Amino acid sequence: MTISREDIEKVALLARIRVNDQQVTELENDLGNILNLVDQLQSADTENVKPMAHPLDAIQRLRVDEVTETNQREAFQAIAPATEAGLYLVPKVID
Amino acid sequence: MHNKSVAELSNALASGEVSSVELTQHFLDRIKQEDGKYNSFITVCEDAALDEARQADERRSQGNATPWTGIPFAQKDIFCTNGVRTTCGSRMLENFVPPYDATVTARFRDAGAVCLGKTNLDEFAMGSSNESSYFGATTNPWGENRVPGGSSGGSAAAVAARLTPAATATDTGGSIRQPASFCGITGLKPTYGRVSRYGMIAYASSLDQGGTLARSAEDNAMMLNVMAGFDPKDSTSIDREVPDYTATLNEPLKGLKIGLPKEYFTAQLDPAMAQTIRDAVAEYEKLGATVKEVSLPNAHLAIAAYYVIAPAEASANLSRFDGVRYGHRCEDPKDLMDLYTRTREEGFGAEVKRRIMIGTYALSAGYFDAYFLKAQKVRRLVQQDFVNALKEVDVLMSPTCPSPAFVQGEKTSDPVTMYLEDIFTIAINLAGLPAMSIPAGIVNGLPVGLQIIGDYFSEARLLNAAHQFQLATDWHQRTPA
Repeated sequence: MTISREDIEKVALLARIRVNDQQVTELENDLGNILNLVDQLQSADTENVKPMAHPLDAIQRLRVDEVTETNQREAFQAIAPATEAGLYLVPKVID
Repeated sequence: MHNKSVAELSNALASGEVSSVELTQHFLDRIKQEDGKYNSFITVCEDAALDEARQADERRSQGNATPWTGIPFAQKDIFCTNGVRTTCGSRMLENFVPPYDATVTARFRDAGAVCLGKTNLDEFAMGSSNESSYFGATTNPWGENRVPGGSSGGSAAAVAARLTPAATATDTGGSIRQPASFCGITGLKPTYGRVSRYGMIAYASSLDQGGTLARSAEDNAMMLNVMAGFDPKDSTSIDREVPDYTATLNEPLKGLKIGLPKEYFTAQLDPAMAQTIRDAVAEYEKLGATVKEVSLPNAHLAIAAYYVIAPAEASANLSRFDGVRYGHRCEDPKDLMDLYTRTREEGFGAEVKRRIMIGTYALSAGYFDAYFLKAQKVRRLVQQDFVNALKEVDVLMSPTCPSPAFVQGEKTSDPVTMYLEDIFTIAINLAGLPAMSIPAGIVNGLPVGLQIIGDYFSEARLLNAAHQFQLATDWHQRTPA
């Protein structure tokens, strides 16, 4: 299984990671090798096998719908790269 | 003092032979003197540790000490520590100071243990050699150019070098057991859901499990007594009674049924490794165990399934690092897309990027069924093999790793070569089972581990089997030259 430069550029965009041309070349090789490794999966007979998401087949617990946590906005925003007036700052998204 | 076990130190503190401040200072001094050689710590908490030690001595004088009160230990730098930088080995979190404690952190704090510092690891726990850490590689105390294993390589090296009596660790595909094997110490990966994942920085959430590294099985049991238990803050934590893991260490092994998976003892296995493991198994026979061959017919598919499932989960988990709420942020982003893509380009290392991209690919439109769903089906086949084998026997035994610690730089050029390192450990994470690695011999001057795998929630059984072996042998007491 090979992976094309276009595929890598598309995946990098989906993953929100900037890559330069040289990195794309390296990734073509590395990701191609990884995909070759995982292609062994295709040899397995999985007819009628249910996919397994949790080793003990546990299901998500539900909790009572009540407030259990206190607001800690200041503590959380103290570690943010940029905030103002209790809000997280990002570059302008709307003109 | 640094050669004593946790159990011995606990007794020394209880008898007043030593105070926690003295003990803590001793280990802090050792870290200062020795860790330049190993780089096993990313952050040393000198002032905080001495404060905790004073509080522990005070608590003991009031008569409320637990077995851990005043005992120094180290935390893998993947467990959040309120007010202490938690990096996960990444530039992305180089300056991240969590505003809360992981449940594991809180449990040790409640027990009165003293955190010496945060240990080095492969970036976001992705690696088998500790070479992918942004804070530099850790060196194995057994050989100056040898890797300590990974991802919990800093924790394992620190324990092996006697810089700490014990250290926390995590295991997603072998990250406790392989470093334990390479560094000649004892490690336990509990059943999935036994130890809370809350505040443990996520890599692959259906596989990640917190666990223990120390020199002996008894010390691992003491650690698990603190760490194990239900946590409503972890949605996959299991609500099940926690036994006293030290209470059953001395039970005899007579009648223990051991299975040797034939797929793990093939002609490709290094003869010296195979012989070491067979000698260890023979020791168990002397202790009254019986041995038979078992089969795990889908074992060869485990690495392939893992390298779809783990990267897929990682790609989702690591999407939280966006340069907005915490962690690294690039300079002067020109728009939102530039903020995301440049922050993540700068913040993540090469291996993390590879896994995020493989995971993104496996989950993307057109590939989901062929990769992710197929891998989840194979995961069940792998698990069923273990369930069936464990109907016939009590525990399975194998080498922990294909070889002793390899040389730094030997496997960094090809990611797939590094992935194959985990060939004996990875299937256990897919199945969610508990497993240990205990020192079982020396090959080419380097320690090697025996892996013991048990049924779900059989940690007490594994610790008992490991402890009995350690009463009969002295491999776990060997120290690096």
